[in-house]
Amino acid sequence: MTGILRRDPRQEWIARNRLHPEHERVLAELGQGTAVATEWVGPNGVIRKNPHAVGFIGPNGIKRIDRSGVQQAASAGRGVGHESAAADSRRRVEIDAPAFLVAVVPDMAGGRLSSHDRDLLGLARQLADADSEQPGAVLAVVFGNHKEDGFGEAGVDRLLHLDEEVFDGYMPEARLAALSTVERELAPYHWLLPDSKLGGADLGRRLAARIQERPATGVWQIEKDDACELGWRCTARGAAGTTDIQRALPRVVLALAECAEPVSETRHAVQPLALSQVLPPLLGRIEDLGQVAVDPAGVALAEAEFILSAGNGIKDWDGFHHAAKVLGATEGASRVAVDDGFMPRHRQVGATGTWVTARVYVAVGISGAIQHLQGIQSCEKVVAINLDPGCDMIKRADLAVIGDSASILAALVDMVEQQREEKRDAA
Amino acid sequence: MQPEAHAKAALEVAVLVSIGRHPLTGRARRADQDARGVELAMSLDKARITLMHAGALDDDSESALRGYLGMGFQTLTLVEQPRDADVIPALASALSETKPQLVISGERAEQGEGSGLLPYLLAERLGWPVVSGLASVEKVEDGVATLLQALPRGQRRRLQVRLPAIVTVDAAASAARQSAYGPARRGELRCTEALAVPDEASSEWTVQPARKRPKRLKIVKAASARDRFKAAAAKAEGGGGQVLTDVTPEQGAEAIFKLLKEEGVLR
Ligand SMILES: Cc1cc2nc3c(=O)[nH]c(=O)nc-3n(C[C@H](O)[C@H](O)[C@H](O)COP(=O)(O)OP(=O)(O)OC[C@H]3O[C@@H](n4cnc5c(N)ncnc54)[C@H](O)[C@@H]3O)c2cc1C
Repeated sequence: MTGILRRDPRQEWIARNRLHPEHERVLAELGQGTAVATEWVGPNGVIRKNPHAVGFIGPNGIKRIDRSGVQQAASAGRGVGHESAAADSRRRVEIDAPAFLVAVVPDMAGGRLSSHDRDLLGLARQLADADSEQPGAVLAVVFGNHKEDGFGEAGVDRLLHLDEEVFDGYMPEARLAALSTVERELAPYHWLLPDSKLGGADLGRRLAARIQERPATGVWQIEKDDACELGWRCTARGAAGTTDIQRALPRVVLALAECAEPVSETRHAVQPLALSQVLPPLLGRIEDLGQVAVDPAGVALAEAEFILSAGNGIKDWDGFHHAAKVLGATEGASRVAVDDGFMPRHRQVGATGTWVTARVYVAVGISGAIQHLQGIQSCEKVVAINLDPGCDMIKRADLAVIGDSASILAALVDMVEQQREEKRDAA
Repeated sequence: MQPEAHAKAALEVAVLVSIGRHPLTGRARRADQDARGVELAMSLDKARITLMHAGALDDDSESALRGYLGMGFQTLTLVEQPRDADVIPALASALSETKPQLVISGERAEQGEGSGLLPYLLAERLGWPVVSGLASVEKVEDGVATLLQALPRGQRRRLQVRLPAIVTVDAAASAARQSAYGPARRGELRCTEALAVPDEASSEWTVQPARKRPKRLKIVKAASARDRFKAAAAKAEGGGGQVLTDVTPEQGAEAIFKLLKEEGVLR
C-alpha cells in the first residue's frame, strides 16, 4: 500500500448521507462493513465524527460510549493508510568501520545488564556518536555466563564474551589480565566502567593502575568541550560525595548510576568479537573460597536478596518457617499476618512496613493489596502462591501458582532437600 | 615467651590513616573508614601495628591524627608532605622500608579527590595483591590471610590472599572504638621526611560543593495523548506473567524451583 491518501469526494459524500440509496454499498466498499461510518476525513482534511454511530446500548437501555479505546482497537484498520503501530520503531544501526572503540565492562549482576550498566551504555553511545561523520563503536566486554539477550537494544555494537571458567567468582586478577589484553589488541579510545561496589569500582581502579591512566571516578555528567584533550569534560563526585570536581574527561571513566539516559531509540548489531591471543595462564594470589552462608534472618529486610513472604493465606506457620529456613530466604509478611500476631512488626512489607528491594520475592497467600504492592515495586521477580486466580498479586507476579500454600511449600521443600541430598551424594 | 620468638611470630600490620571531614560541620576528624581499618588491625592476633599518614602537619590535621592515637597507640608515623603533593611515591617508599605483611586502608578519603585509587596504585607499584571491601580478617597463617569480603545485601564472601597484601575495609566492618583523650594527648607523632612529588593534574580542576543531582524523570514515549495518559495513570502491571492453574502441588513447586535456580538464589 502506498502511503498516499486517495480520496473520492463523491463516495465520501454518499457514505455520509445515510439516506442515499447507494449508502450501504459505498460503506461496504470503503471497508467499513455494515456498520455506519463513525469517523472519516472531511473535505478539508479535518477528521469528522458521527456521534450517532458510535457506542452501544447499555444494560439499562441507555446509550454508552466507551472512550477507553477498547472498541476503537477492535475496529482498527478501517481507515486508509493505517500503518500497524505494533512494529518495532527502533532504528537499526550498524557501524561497519568504526573510527574508534568505546569499551564498556558491565557488571552483569545476576547475569543481566543492570540499570547502572544500561546508563553506562547510554553514556558510551554519547561518546561514540558525537561525530556523525566518524562514528565510534561501543564494545561490551562480558565475563562469565550471562542470560542477557537485549545487548543490541542497550546499544552494544561489538560484544567480546569471555566465558572461560577462570572468570567465575571473584577473579579480579584474571579479569584484569583479560582487560589488559583487550587494551593491547584493540586499544579502545575510552574505557567506561560502572562505579559500583565490588563490580566496576574494583576492576576499573585495577585497570587504571595497570595501564597507568589516571581515571575519573564518580562521574555523573559529561559535556562536550573542545579545549580538553579528548574533547569532553566531566563532572565527578569527590571527597566522599561532598564536592563536584570539573575536569577534562580522561580515558578511563568510572561513572555513577544515572550518568546518562539509557539507549531507547536505536537497536545495534551485536557483532561478536574475539581476542586473537589465547589468554596466558595466571598464577593468582587471590583465591575465592565462595560465598559464606549468612543467617538470612539476620539480614535486614530492606536489603535482603530473596524474601519468602507470608500473608493471611498461611495456616501452617511451622511449615512456613521451615520452608524459609530450607530455602535460605529472609522472612517477610503482609500486614494482616503481622496484626494477627504471627510475625513480628519489623517483618512487615509494604507502605507502612519496609520497602524491599529483593531480587526474588515469593508471596505466599498474599492477595496483593495496593499498600502491599507498593512495598515490592522494585523487586525483580515476583512469585505468587495463591488460591484465588483473580487477585492482584497474580497480576503483578512473573510466575503464579494457583493452589494451596501449605502443600506447595511442602513440595518445594522436599524438592530442595532432595536435590541437596543428591549433590552431597555426588560429591 | 622469648622476646625474639615473639617478634618472629608477630604480624607486621600497617594501617594507612587519613584526615576525615565531618559531613555536617566540615571539621577535621579521624576518618570513619580508616578508624574501622585500625579497629580491624587491633582485632588481629599478635599483630604489631604501625599507623601511617602522609600529609602536612597543622593544627587541624594534628587533632584528627591524635584521634587515632586515642584508640590505644603510642606513636603514629607521619610522612611529611606538602598539601598538594601526590603521596603515592612517599607512601610506597615508606612501606617498602618498613616491609609490613598486611597494609590496611579505607576505601576512599573524605577529603580531596577521594577517588579510592590509593590502595590500587600502591599495590601496582609494590607488586602486591589488593582486596577491597573487607568485613573482617578471619585468620593469618603461614603467610596466607583468610578474609571475609562484604558483598551487597548483607552477604559475605571468603577469600584467601597471599601476603604481603593491601586490603581496604568496608562500612560493614565493625565500628571503631572511641578515642580516649588521655592517650590521644600523650601519643607521639613521629615525623619522617620524604621526597614530595606535586600532583599537577589536579591543579587544573575546579572543585565546588556538590550540587544536588537532577532527579531522573520518567520519560514516556507514546504516539498519542491517550497512551501518555494511560502510562501516567495506570498502576504498574507486571503483565506477561505465567499463571499455572490446575496443577498438582508438585508441578507448581517444580516451576518455582526452576525459577529460583535460574535466578541463583538457592544455595
Ligand atoms: C493505611 C493502610 C496501610 C496499610 N499498609 C500495609 C502494609 O504496609 N503492608 C501490607 O501488607 N498491608 C498493608 N495494609 C493492609 C492491606 O490493605 C491488606 O489488608 C493486606 O495487605 C492484606 O493482607 P493479605 O494479602 O495477607 O490478606 P488477604 O487479603 O486476606 O489475602 C489472603 C490471600 O491468601 C489467599 N489464600 C487463602 N488461603 C490460602 C491457601 N490455603 N493457600 C494459598 N492462598 C490462600 C487468598 O486467596 C487471598 O488472596 C494497609 C492498609 C491500610 C488501610
